[in-house]
Amino acid sequence: MTARDDILGRIRTAINRPAGAAPPSAPAYANQPLIPDRAQGTPAELTKRFIAMAIEAEISIERVSDVGDVAGSIAGWLNAEGLPGRAVISPDPAMDAYGWDTAPALEIRRGATRGEDLVSVTPTIAGIAETGSIMVTAGPGTPYTLNFLPETHIAIVHADRIVGGYEDAWARVRPNGETGASLPRTVTMITGPSRSSDIERTVTIGVHGPKRLHIVLVGATGDEVDGQET
Amino acid sequence: MNQTSLDFSKNAARAQADADLQSALAKLQRDTRLARPVITGRLPEFEDLRDRAVAIKDHTLAHLDHYLETFEANVTDAGGHVHWCNDAGDARETILQICNNVNAKTVGKGKSMVSEEIALNDYLIANGLEVVETDLGEYILQLREETPSHVVMPAIHLKKEQIADTFRDHHTTLDPDRPLDAPSDMTEEARTKLREKFLSADVGITGANMLIAETGSIVVVTNEGNGDLTQTLPRVHIVIAAIEKVVPRVDDALSILRILARSATGQEITCYTTVATGPKRPDDLDGPEEFHLILLDNGRTKLLEGEFRDVLRCIRCGACQSACPVYGAVGGHAYGGVYGGPIGAVLTPALDGIDKAWPLPEASSFCGNCEAVCPMRIPLPGLMRRWRDIAHTQKLNKTGARRGLALWAWAAQHPALYRFGARISLRLLRTVGRRRGYLRRLPLAGGWTAARDLPTPEGGTFIDRWQKEMPGKTGS
Amino acid sequence: MTARPQVGLFATCLVDLYRPSVGFAAASLLEKAGCDVAVPTAQVCCGQPAYNAGDRKSAAAIARQTISLFEEFDYVVAPSGSCAGMLRHHYPDLLADDADFATRASAVADRTWELVSFLTDIRGWSGIDASWPKGVTYHDACSGLRELGIKVQPRQLLEKVAGLELRELDAPDVCCGFGGTFCVKYPEVSEAMVDDKIDDIVATGAATVLSGDLGCLMNIAGRLSRRGEAVEARHIAEILAGTATGPAIGGADDGQG
Repeated sequence: MTARDDILGRIRTAINRPAGAAPPSAPAYANQPLIPDRAQGTPAELTKRFIAMAIEAEISIERVSDVGDVAGSIAGWLNAEGLPGRAVISPDPAMDAYGWDTAPALEIRRGATRGEDLVSVTPTIAGIAETGSIMVTAGPGTPYTLNFLPETHIAIVHADRIVGGYEDAWARVRPNGETGASLPRTVTMITGPSRSSDIERTVTIGVHGPKRLHIVLVGATGDEVDGQET
Repeated sequence: MNQTSLDFSKNAARAQADADLQSALAKLQRDTRLARPVITGRLPEFEDLRDRAVAIKDHTLAHLDHYLETFEANVTDAGGHVHWCNDAGDARETILQICNNVNAKTVGKGKSMVSEEIALNDYLIANGLEVVETDLGEYILQLREETPSHVVMPAIHLKKEQIADTFRDHHTTLDPDRPLDAPSDMTEEARTKLREKFLSADVGITGANMLIAETGSIVVVTNEGNGDLTQTLPRVHIVIAAIEKVVPRVDDALSILRILARSATGQEITCYTTVATGPKRPDDLDGPEEFHLILLDNGRTKLLEGEFRDVLRCIRCGACQSACPVYGAVGGHAYGGVYGGPIGAVLTPALDGIDKAWPLPEASSFCGNCEAVCPMRIPLPGLMRRWRDIAHTQKLNKTGARRGLALWAWAAQHPALYRFGARISLRLLRTVGRRRGYLRRLPLAGGWTAARDLPTPEGGTFIDRWQKEMPGKTGS
Repeated sequence: MTARPQVGLFATCLVDLYRPSVGFAAASLLEKAGCDVAVPTAQVCCGQPAYNAGDRKSAAAIARQTISLFEEFDYVVAPSGSCAGMLRHHYPDLLADDADFATRASAVADRTWELVSFLTDIRGWSGIDASWPKGVTYHDACSGLRELGIKVQPRQLLEKVAGLELRELDAPDVCCGFGGTFCVKYPEVSEAMVDDKIDDIVATGAATVLSGDLGCLMNIAGRLSRRGEAVEARHIAEILAGTATGPAIGGADDGQG
């Protein structure tokens, strides 16, 4: 008898299910999604909520109207914050569009990191309005370490990629979705810089991961452009 | 760890005499109480999500074999290895073996309560490995050779001055002039120190907040990001999780995530919520080369078969601890086991035996606040009462109170005698106490009169007076 | 016309032994709310001390006794959320395997109410005719609050008491540390809890602390006395019925004449 047999045997006795019993049919709740109201709304509403929730999570945000303006915005923000104008960026081809050549003050390198880089720039799968979170994945073009080791993490979110709730973001990474045939090795929802309250419940920022999480929000949703202020 | 649950009263007295601990606990209780309506108020669906979470776990537990086998198959498909372990010894040996197979020297560890259950660190260290806890609170405790006193706030019992002293004692290269007055100073010091450890660790060991059957994934949530660094930088990632952590689908995990952080720390969601599946893929630039999952029973199947099954819904958020007034008076260490507070009062007798832990389920006023806040609606007071039933049947609590209760219970089943005894006792109490209104001391009632006066009875029993004043209105 | 419901008053053992005036106050309120009240004289206790000590056998015997005494009534009402909760929620659990009593337990459970919530929620009554021109504060006893959902009901009725000024506690819903036998098994822990409660009570500046459970009140009153605080403790029924003329809980007789 292996431990596996032991454990499964004890489980089957405990729950009175014989070995080889048919898989359970889907429970009733499985077909009744329970999505919070705050994860629903028009694109403009979701964008507004995403920004508000992200700011609450101590994420800074700068908006640019065009993909070509991203690099310039980053260079300007780093300079304004007194941070070095050097960054490691995800080697994802999608990152090419952000106008790096328009920001000569910004020195970039593509690849993973072992902690030598102070600033990283990564793409995102989605911005999630529900909690102001961003979703990032690990893959050949998106090394996981970029989200965690540098002191400053800059994430690029496209306004038309903002979704309401967690499930909407997950729809993009499921097998045979946007990210390929299988689920990415890691899917992470990040909601603010690294923090701890382990010492006297006092919140301190930047324990192991980034001390700053900055979002460059690119473009606007259709209804924002048409009807509302951006 | 040194199991001292039988000494709960002694442990509690020590905790009550510790002024620093008392002020930390008072702050925790107050913060928790004030935060809760805000947190739940912001998410109108919170109660529905609790019901959903209960349904998910109940369904999973009722078909646990199926979901574990599905989970295992999907982990294997993703290139990971699943190791089934019956008990703590099995799990420790399996983990050591994996470390030895890759000639590991150093291990980085993410916070994991189940690793506390199996006393993993001591075992690995005794076998020559360097083990470093990476959660800030756990790291502090490791330096101090202490155990966590709260499920999600492990170092809640410490003052910042104690922590500063600990850093000065252990970080020998630390400049003595460097200030460590603020938590942020210490956080910075820990960041520097632990960064080296993350980068040099051969193996990373983490727990898992959930296992997802449909994808073979683990869910790890942290605020510090240490869970992510621990699982991604070392060559080998070992996950240790008990069998009840599995949920069927990603959507189920997402539903539970909506109540986990809110219940644990009052956050909308933790900073980092990572769903990881298997080892590094061929074209990946980073990630662990090996992914091992320790699937541990350690008493769970026993809980599954009986009236304690509901406790397997627990997601280790610590809400019951933060909300419990008894925990708030004595802290987690007084419970003398891995888990303090209401969840400890239910789990410790299961893990260590009721004969080693019977005072814990008795250390509750049954105020019900734990059940009221438990996101998984675990009937904690009811389960504590079940343990009391068992302790009573096994005659473990041989105290004066037990004999007194037996006498009372006998009298209560003989109403005429009861009434006779009541009249006599009341007359006595009245004679002694009526002038003052209170009794300061009373034989056999030391537990009461140690801290309180005993109000003198008004005089006569209600039943006698009613019979006299309202004759005939006594039912048929 | 609707017949007046027949209410069996379950006085509770503490009211029976320590404070009969609460029983009379409860009966008076029930009468005012249009009920006929009877008090079966063989009643003793709900059995919680045994039930919570793990002595299910004794608890079940006491439960059967109580059920037999009270099942003839339209309603069973107790001036205690704790004891009413015992009948309402725990008797059916305790007697679930008893062929004879399982259904009888459920039948009684369905008709059992705590006094104040019975007056408001079942009788829809609020005809308070009482005055208490003082500042009072109110402690939500745990069982009533969390087992029976009693929170707004006492406040609704207290609002109608002439001159009464309710000063809420900072933490009205935190346990006072009584917990039945808990307070004698772990007296020091219980003491810390009741001290927090008393600090909270004193900080309101109220002259009287009220609650719906005599157990909590005796705990609070006993500790108030030991600490020498001037606040007096009373059961809410005494105030609502306008019968709070005698000494407060533990109040001296001779001081009142």
